[in-house]
Amino acid sequence: MCGIVGLFCKSPDLEPRLGEYLASMLEQMSDRGPDSAGVAVYRDPAPIGSSKLTLYSFDPAMSWDALCGELAATFGGAHVAGIRANHAVVVVEGEAAEVEDWIRRHRPDLRVMSAGRVIEIYKEVGRPRAFVDQFRLEDIEGSHGLGHTRMATESRVTTEGSHPFSTGLDLCLVHNGSLSNHNRLREVLRREGIDFQTENDTEVAAGYLAWRMREGASLQEALEGSLADLDGFYTFLVGTADGFAVLRDPIACKPAVLAETDEWVAIGSEWRAISVLPGSADARMWEPEPGVVYVWEKELV
Amino acid sequence: MAVAERDQQAAVEHVDLETTPLRELNQRLHDLAGSPGPAAWRIVNPNGAHAVACGLDSDVEVEVEGHVGYYCAGMNKRATVRIHGNASTGLAENMMSGLVVVDGNASQSAGATGRGGLLVVRGDAAARCGISMKGIDIVVGGSVGHMSAFMAQTGSLVVCGDAGEALGDSVYESRLYVRGSVASLGADCVEKELRDEHRTQLTELLKAAEIDADPADFRRYGSARQLYNFRIDNAGAY
Repeated sequence: MCGIVGLFCKSPDLEPRLGEYLASMLEQMSDRGPDSAGVAVYRDPAPIGSSKLTLYSFDPAMSWDALCGELAATFGGAHVAGIRANHAVVVVEGEAAEVEDWIRRHRPDLRVMSAGRVIEIYKEVGRPRAFVDQFRLEDIEGSHGLGHTRMATESRVTTEGSHPFSTGLDLCLVHNGSLSNHNRLREVLRREGIDFQTENDTEVAAGYLAWRMREGASLQEALEGSLADLDGFYTFLVGTADGFAVLRDPIACKPAVLAETDEWVAIGSEWRAISVLPGSADARMWEPEPGVVYVWEKELV
Repeated sequence: MAVAERDQQAAVEHVDLETTPLRELNQRLHDLAGSPGPAAWRIVNPNGAHAVACGLDSDVEVEVEGHVGYYCAGMNKRATVRIHGNASTGLAENMMSGLVVVDGNASQSAGATGRGGLLVVRGDAAARCGISMKGIDIVVGGSVGHMSAFMAQTGSLVVCGDAGEALGDSVYESRLYVRGSVASLGADCVEKELRDEHRTQLTELLKAAEIDADPADFRRYGSARQLYNFRIDNAGAY
């Protein structure tokens, strides 16, 4: 099943409460996905020339300050911007792709959850409520965010197998559904140099989008390409630095509801998730059409 | 005067789903099948809950104030359920009789497998409206999505707006009426002549649905009967 939520603050007044609203939305989706939960939030841009990465360590005794020492020695400057449970956000004076590459080569014990200038990704196994508490989600401010509650089907329940998946700098993907050609497509993408950390089907979709955009496709084009190249059921929600995009497969078995007021734009697998937002009863709401890419970005709303 | 207070004076049973568990509400509604109870109910704060007023089997009037989740008024028998909001997936699924009305929009599979009664969606219905319908009548004030009336067996689907792709794919004997455009017809579904008997039926359905539309503006679609070979003579053998 799985649950998807997304919230975009049109009014800056909502931004201090982004985490609180996302937490409520996630909890509403608990019985669609009790296995794991996760969010991507867009907030606190790193300075120009710097990058921001969310890292995950298996080791409870992990010293993030020591890591930043190593990063600073290589890149010139690095500091810990925040620690939430076993995830840390580090800001490094260097290009995100180079920092990510360095971590993959020098610190294979760590997982890069997100990289870019504005994105932060937090995810963990367990019920949404436990996740919200563990990661102090309700403290988080930001312009927009998306989240996922997982009911696992295609692969194991692990932190890395939780959603959202990073699909490139400041991009991420959450997915409700299942893909049937992920095994074969993973091999194709590996030959194209795309890295995979799990056997998860959604990670393949994320890798596919990352590959298409690396080859020059726009987000819109990459999503449209998935209509031809991905076999299965899906509602995809893609987070971008400026907003989010939604795509349902042409059969559209997997649900999605969009709603908009003067203050916000929201998406949920079900109306329940949106009902917790202020003014939701009077929101304009509709279902995204199958096979149509919807994009919501700051300049558009 | 507050709604709850007004309901008390008008002998309307008032149930707030913010304070009453859903199962308790549905059990009380089910109990009406065996013993007399309030004839009119008002349910407030559904907040997208699933299975609201599901499985009713008595001559009761239920008004729901707000948006409902999956399977609202599923398997409905005899009861009238009015939803003053939108309804999610599987509205009035396998309805047997009675009346279900939604003021807003309905998500996919509205009226699926319905065997009788009347379902009215004043706004739009989404994909697979009336899929595998078996005798239910469905009137949609707006449009329906793709694969509506897929394998529809009997009953009628009236669409005052447009129909999405593959309308009536593999339809058996249901009558499909569409006022607007049809994106495409499904396998074995064809346009058919709108005769007087159909105009009469349309007039009655639109009247029952309290929707103001001219029956003459509709076109009728149904089965070309090339894809099934059901022997009616043997119907009693199953």
